[in-house]
Amino acid sequence: MVLNKYLVGFKKYSFLLSELTKKGIKLRYRRSYLGIVWTLLDPLFTMLVLTLVFGTILGRSDPTFPLYILSGRLIYNSFSQGTRTAMKSIRGNSGMIKKVYVPKYFYPLSSVLYNYIIFLISLMILAGTMFVLKVYPTFYLIQIIVPLVLLLLLTFGVGLILACITVFFKDIEYLWDVALMLIMYTSAIFYHVDQLKGSRIYNVFYCNPLYAIIRLFRSAVYGVPMEPVWLIIASVAAVGSVLAGLAIFYWKQDEFILHI
Amino acid sequence: MPKPVIVVDNVSMKFNLSKEKVDSLKEYVIKLLKRELKYTEFWALKNISFTLEKGDRLAILGLNGAGKSTLLKVIAGVFKPTEGSVTRRGKIAPLIELGSGFDKQYTGAENIYLYGSVLGLSKGFIRSKFDEIVEFSGLREFIDVPLKNYSSGMKSRLGFSVATLVEPDILILDEVLAVGDAKFKKKSESKIINMFDSGISVLFVSHNIKQVQRICNKAILLENGEIIANGEVAEVAKLYVEKTGEQIDFDE
Repeated sequence: MVLNKYLVGFKKYSFLLSELTKKGIKLRYRRSYLGIVWTLLDPLFTMLVLTLVFGTILGRSDPTFPLYILSGRLIYNSFSQGTRTAMKSIRGNSGMIKKVYVPKYFYPLSSVLYNYIIFLISLMILAGTMFVLKVYPTFYLIQIIVPLVLLLLLTFGVGLILACITVFFKDIEYLWDVALMLIMYTSAIFYHVDQLKGSRIYNVFYCNPLYAIIRLFRSAVYGVPMEPVWLIIASVAAVGSVLAGLAIFYWKQDEFILHI
Repeated sequence: MPKPVIVVDNVSMKFNLSKEKVDSLKEYVIKLLKRELKYTEFWALKNISFTLEKGDRLAILGLNGAGKSTLLKVIAGVFKPTEGSVTRRGKIAPLIELGSGFDKQYTGAENIYLYGSVLGLSKGFIRSKFDEIVEFSGLREFIDVPLKNYSSGMKSRLGFSVATLVEPDILILDEVLAVGDAKFKKKSESKIINMFDSGISVLFVSHNIKQVQRICNKAILLENGEIIANGEVAEVAKLYVEKTGEQIDFDE
């Protein structure tokens, strides 16, 4: 019954979802001359800087190290941008929510979607880098769909939970920034993890579902099969976060209006 | 006998008022430790029941703080009532002043689509009404200008034009006809009166008793969250004027 009601509502307001998603993309690039090009230049520059810093200092001989950095950094960035915007989405749209009924989960959902679309566009730079570094796509590239879907789910789930908490506690934004930093450093974006294997520190990676997604993503890019343990970690976290997010959101959404 | 468009059945709305608004985790923890988290219950609406028939124009009268806006928000679906239920039939368009919740960086044209989508309308439908909306608002030259450069009068003109031209079944007007210049005020009032012919229902909150009498045929009077009078607009308005004293007679 409840589900059916939501499906009807989703259909009725589907144009709102596409409008909100479009708005996010449009406004991000309005008034910037380079426009959507920024989406490509930003990860490119970060990749170059990180390669310069970590590649030279650590004396890496691996010629595909830039690709390693880029793949990690693209996934991490998509997650951090998506969750950050989703987190602020309910508070940010309080003017509208206070005046007219709208399905409230559309705000975090559209925030996640538009950031995700920008991320998909930025994958072009990954393709370019693969070509330049002569890492040619193999049959295993098809696997890329798995981490891409899991990333979207994880971002949406975490975004929903954060959006909900932020309504009640504004300062959670700062805490999330700290958490994101922690996630970044434990995601092995600019270092290899092989030397840590076997040590106790390695267990940290098992606790970081974003790292699991990055790992799956790299498998696809480098053309090797996915490792089941990471697939399980990432899937459980992604699906679990969406279910938890929807549950919390459904439970608390009627109270939002009293706090924003 | 057609079914009523809105049935408000025994609606009560409770708010938990804290002395100060606690909206950060830091404050919450401090207040929790100091045992300062006290809430006082406040019933903004108590056992409100009424029905709105198709074509009725209902005025909601009352002094400030009587619960008028809360009631409108419950009807619009923004608030979920603590007790009771609201049944609605048809398309509801609450008239919102553009700018309070709409995107300031978006142009007038983009905001028309955004507003339409918020009302749950389809793209094709809004497109078919687009020219009419722009025409009525009289903002043709400014339609591609970002909303942040609009005056508040222009924003309300655009908002009014969208809300009325999308053919709603129920129009919710909360103190909105007071904005805009005299010419547009007149135009919007006659637009609403024209819409009566198509059987639109209106919920109207205003302190302008003359305007209320021109537009509405029925009225309810709220006091401290309760209905103290319900009936024809002339009688209820008279009661309201008695309650407020003389000042209101010379309004407008």
